[in-house]
Amino acid sequence: MSAYLADVATLARKDLRLELRARSIVPAMLLFVVAALVVFHFALPSGSSDLAAKGMLWVAIVFTALLGLTRAFVAEREQRLLDGLLLAPCDRSAIWLAKAVAMLGFLAVAEIVALPAFGLFFSGIDGATVAGVALADLGICAVGTVLAAMAVAGRARELLLPLLFLPLAIPIVVGGVGASVADEPARYLGFLALYDAVFAIISWASFEYVVSE
Amino acid sequence: MSTSFRNNRVALAALLAAVLVPAAIAVVFFYAPVDEDGLNQKIFYFHVPIALTAYACFGWGAWKGLVHLWKGKPGADLESYVAIHLGVIFGAMTLITGSLWAKFRWGHWWLWSERQLVLFLVLFLFYSAYFMLRYSVEAGPQRANLCAVYSLFGVVLIPISFLAIRLANQYIHPIAFNRHGPQMAGSQFLTFCVCLAAMLALFAALYQFELAGKRLDARLRELRELLA
Amino acid sequence: MIAARGLGRTFGLRHVIRDLDLEVDRGSFLLLTGPNGSGKTTLLRLIAGLLVPTAGELEVRVSRERIGFLGHEPLVYRELTALENLDLYGRLYRVPERRERIGMLLERFGLWDARNQRADSFSRGMLQRLALCRTLLHDPELLVLDEPFSALDEDGAALLDRELAELRPAATFVVSTHDPARLEPLASQRLAFA
Repeated sequence: MSAYLADVATLARKDLRLELRARSIVPAMLLFVVAALVVFHFALPSGSSDLAAKGMLWVAIVFTALLGLTRAFVAEREQRLLDGLLLAPCDRSAIWLAKAVAMLGFLAVAEIVALPAFGLFFSGIDGATVAGVALADLGICAVGTVLAAMAVAGRARELLLPLLFLPLAIPIVVGGVGASVADEPARYLGFLALYDAVFAIISWASFEYVVSE
Repeated sequence: MSTSFRNNRVALAALLAAVLVPAAIAVVFFYAPVDEDGLNQKIFYFHVPIALTAYACFGWGAWKGLVHLWKGKPGADLESYVAIHLGVIFGAMTLITGSLWAKFRWGHWWLWSERQLVLFLVLFLFYSAYFMLRYSVEAGPQRANLCAVYSLFGVVLIPISFLAIRLANQYIHPIAFNRHGPQMAGSQFLTFCVCLAAMLALFAALYQFELAGKRLDARLRELRELLA
Repeated sequence: MIAARGLGRTFGLRHVIRDLDLEVDRGSFLLLTGPNGSGKTTLLRLIAGLLVPTAGELEVRVSRERIGFLGHEPLVYRELTALENLDLYGRLYRVPERRERIGMLLERFGLWDARNQRADSFSRGMLQRLALCRTLLHDPELLVLDEPFSALDEDGAALLDRELAELRPAATFVVSTHDPARLEPLASQRLAFA
């Protein structure tokens, strides 16, 4: 168990270090999310409620995450670096966990900018929204990492990932928007936790099959 | 399993479907009591069995996917693919019959308050992406694995989406339309059962038929390879 | 140590390896020769465990952490330094006395001075040498090498010659090459791909 976690830590550290050096994913996500919020301002005609804006926040988050996920396994595939990890004695699921944790980090950084920006452009953010964002991030990264690995296995990978990801993101959006706008956010937060638990388990178990050729 | 035994399966399933589908049509139009909704109630007798059959297709596809991953049985990937393929077809039929029903009953081609319909829309998107995935990866062990894993994600998505849509309806709009549930009288229930049996038989027949055809294709390819 | 019976591998509809039987005993040196695209790389990847067979059986009686693989790609992260790359693999393979071993290998392959340079500043020859360090880092008992001499200049090739000669008695080798004459003296088994 501790060997497993050590592997996850090693791999996650590697991904974070790579991003720190290459700076390819996080700046793009930051810019995208702010640009998206600006677009949403122009997309909401006057008379649109506060609630509509809250909904748009979730659209921004999902598509920003998608942007980051598209880059998740690109180096691994292009330079065949995944081979190096597959040869190593570590559990294949550790690769998934490490990558998901790294993506979570990137997404969190983007949201640390996005949420205050949203507060600035539209309306305030309450605790339920933040909790919703945190829970949603877990689900997005868990599922998104597996799907990203699937997408890079084929041709047209940048086109494929959104198609695979968006249907699975619908429940996340429901949970998130519900937590933001409903009177009783607790049940939506509970739903997000359920989504996270269920999909984390099947992502963890199935990753090994996704990367074997 | 020898080819002749398999052919018998195809014939048997086809026979079953050939008997049940006309029976279902007959029962729906001549036996079932005419409701206050009139003709559009009849669509309902097809819509729900088709929807249930689509669920059965996706469930069967996921089961075969699991068999492929777990046991590594060589034919499982193809069986999973065919089941999901038919599931998408039945799913499209669900959307069409559902839309027709909505038009006849409420006057709109699409109703977001119809949870079943919305669920099928999400599933339709999901399983259509299955084909995009399948066609973008070269045939081989990895493609079979990816498709199997995806089919498992799908079957998990079904209840989760159902819950999500239910939750969404609470903040999107209050449930304005009050549809009457399946409190069916005896004769209605019988009609429903016959239709359900007919749709499942149709699935079985199409499944065996398409599977036989694809297996034949594979054998032909193998023989061509050997001769080359 | 390695046994293949009726081994086959297809990619889509292409048969790259068809009905191959093979036995490699412990301590052997199997030399693979043949033109590009004939299946050498595919066989090496199958043996290393990066591919699964689509037909037949392949038994490799060595656990994953005792296999050292060198492919066409060096499998090093460009934005990390040589030291960081080897440290990463050293941790994943749980190499004992990791730092010492990394230092020793970098020195043997003439990369000690470049140890803190990022891999994207390395020449092709240096990358290949770094890849060799990675391959040998965990003291493997089975070495699967795909054209190890490619991209190496004379000095690099001499280093590799020396390494191979030293490791020859302790490990089993499966090596593909475009220059069979060079490895001929070490080989105990040969397989020519058509």
